[in-house]
Amino acid sequence: MREPVAHRLSATGTANALELRGVSRYFGALAALQDVTMTVRAGERRAVLGSNGAGKTTLFNCVSGDYPPTAGTIRMFGEDVTGFPPHERIRRGLRRTYQISLLFGGLSVIDNIYLACRGVARARYSMLRPRRGDGLLATAHELAHAVHLEQVQETRVSELSHGQQRQLEIALALAGAPRFILFDEPAAGLSPTERRELVIILRNLPEHIGYIVIEHDMDVALQVSDSVTLMHNGRIFREGKPSEIESDPMVQEIYLGKGPSSD
Amino acid sequence: MRDAALPRGPGTAIAWLVGTVLLLMPAFAGDFVLFQIFGWTFILGMIALSLMFLAGYGGMVSLVQMTVAGCAAYMVAIFGNSAITQISLGWPWWIVIPLAIAIATLFGTLAGALAVRTQGIYTIMITLAIASAFFYFTRQNYVVFNGFSGFNGVLPPPLFGVDWRTPVPFYYLTLFWAAVSYFLVLYVSRSPFGLALQGIRDNPRRMEALGFNVTMHRIAAYAFASAIAAVAGVLLVWLNAQVSPGTAGIGPVIDILIIAVVGGISRPIGPFIGAIIYVLLRTFALDFLVSLGLAGERFQLLIGAGFLAIVFWSPDGVLGLWERTRARIAARDRTRRTAVLHQAIRGNPGGRA
Repeated sequence: MREPVAHRLSATGTANALELRGVSRYFGALAALQDVTMTVRAGERRAVLGSNGAGKTTLFNCVSGDYPPTAGTIRMFGEDVTGFPPHERIRRGLRRTYQISLLFGGLSVIDNIYLACRGVARARYSMLRPRRGDGLLATAHELAHAVHLEQVQETRVSELSHGQQRQLEIALALAGAPRFILFDEPAAGLSPTERRELVIILRNLPEHIGYIVIEHDMDVALQVSDSVTLMHNGRIFREGKPSEIESDPMVQEIYLGKGPSSD
Repeated sequence: MRDAALPRGPGTAIAWLVGTVLLLMPAFAGDFVLFQIFGWTFILGMIALSLMFLAGYGGMVSLVQMTVAGCAAYMVAIFGNSAITQISLGWPWWIVIPLAIAIATLFGTLAGALAVRTQGIYTIMITLAIASAFFYFTRQNYVVFNGFSGFNGVLPPPLFGVDWRTPVPFYYLTLFWAAVSYFLVLYVSRSPFGLALQGIRDNPRRMEALGFNVTMHRIAAYAFASAIAAVAGVLLVWLNAQVSPGTAGIGPVIDILIIAVVGGISRPIGPFIGAIIYVLLRTFALDFLVSLGLAGERFQLLIGAGFLAIVFWSPDGVLGLWERTRARIAARDRTRRTAVLHQAIRGNPGGRA
């Protein structure tokens, strides 16, 4: 009897953005993610912390469908999306960025953003070129402006600086009508100024857009989130408010690479 | 979004010149050149263009495009008129041509559906396997494909009272369809469909993460490319007035790949450049070799050597050579301008240096 309720909830928009139940992902014998259960409310902003190999990116890959989970279920806005291919999840309002920029190097900045807008709109197979007044093209220009890339719109992406590519990553994730975004280390390789800009971009996102952000920079992570999940060795280890996590001695320990004691 | 359709700089002038020369060609070219050189060039160029669309924009090297053309050629012979009256159905041309193109496009799409889940060398192997299967099947099947000898006497319909197989009408017929295919590919490359295909070439995983169904998109690209190859196949059967298993044998299948690579697969003009080089070599290499006192049947050797040379010096074919030359000229101009500027500054002590 859970299905109808979930559907009703998803219709009224009060369902949780994300519900993971017992999600595991194995690569051969290696357990990259083990029995992860977590709930993220709609509009909630969550930071995921953990050392390298803690399973943070694997968590993202399971949620986005890049690598489907080996076990467990994933519900998005009340709907079971566990077996869905990535593009079906994206069309339902999920977005993600990648730790190492995955962009279209041979195309211009505006074409990259335009593709992102087109991917979640209709007429993906249209053979008609967009006209001057094309709505999606206008949206693409707005997005370029929002991430401060309006000066380099016609530049080929392979010629952009690292920081600009990171900004483009974010623009691609904001295309269409995102409801929930997975940011994978958006601050990686950014200068202190660019980091401050990133924090502003994230905090200025419309309130209904929730996200999970993986971030090694604690300053950035705690500024842009209202709850924190701590991962270690493929498991969720602690959840709480940023203030609680900050004062937690275990956090320091994990970040020093020792890991929690086994008991 | 900038318009990439119009080449700028010296390219524009050259494009207008080539267009004018092509339109006026029958005024100064003989029948042999119109029919044997340009007829072949336009048709092979179209088939290579369909490969260029898949390989250049989609990153999928398909060896099945010649087979798609061969399939369309066979369908024209089977449903329409040929000298093999016991098999050919003799249907009217306005049913036969659309039907032939539709069947060949469907064939290419299905081949694509099999191939798109593989990548790189495996795509080449699967499409080559399909091409070989078609070749052997047509050679061994006598009920529908008339086996080894195929069909002869396949002629274009005498539409508007014109015999389309005479050199001048056939020249304009093939020029028209080659131009339509060329501009269509150019136009589609900047449409959402074409842009998304280039996105898939650069980064399929990210395209999935943007909401695109990568597999379906690739199959749709095969359908589009196959339609172009199918039209070329109809023209091909009229050019030869016959079709046999050898039309789409392993040799011609590989030739299409050579044409596309020699011309360059980064832009739609490449395949046509490759096609004219190939046709000229094929036509005149024999005489050239004989004049050198070598055996004339070794003309394939010359084509192979040319292929090696071009791939060795310019991985992006003739197009790449052209682009690099242009970049070098631009760089030289810049240096010269800078030198002139420096001289002006030095020679004018009153000015601000």
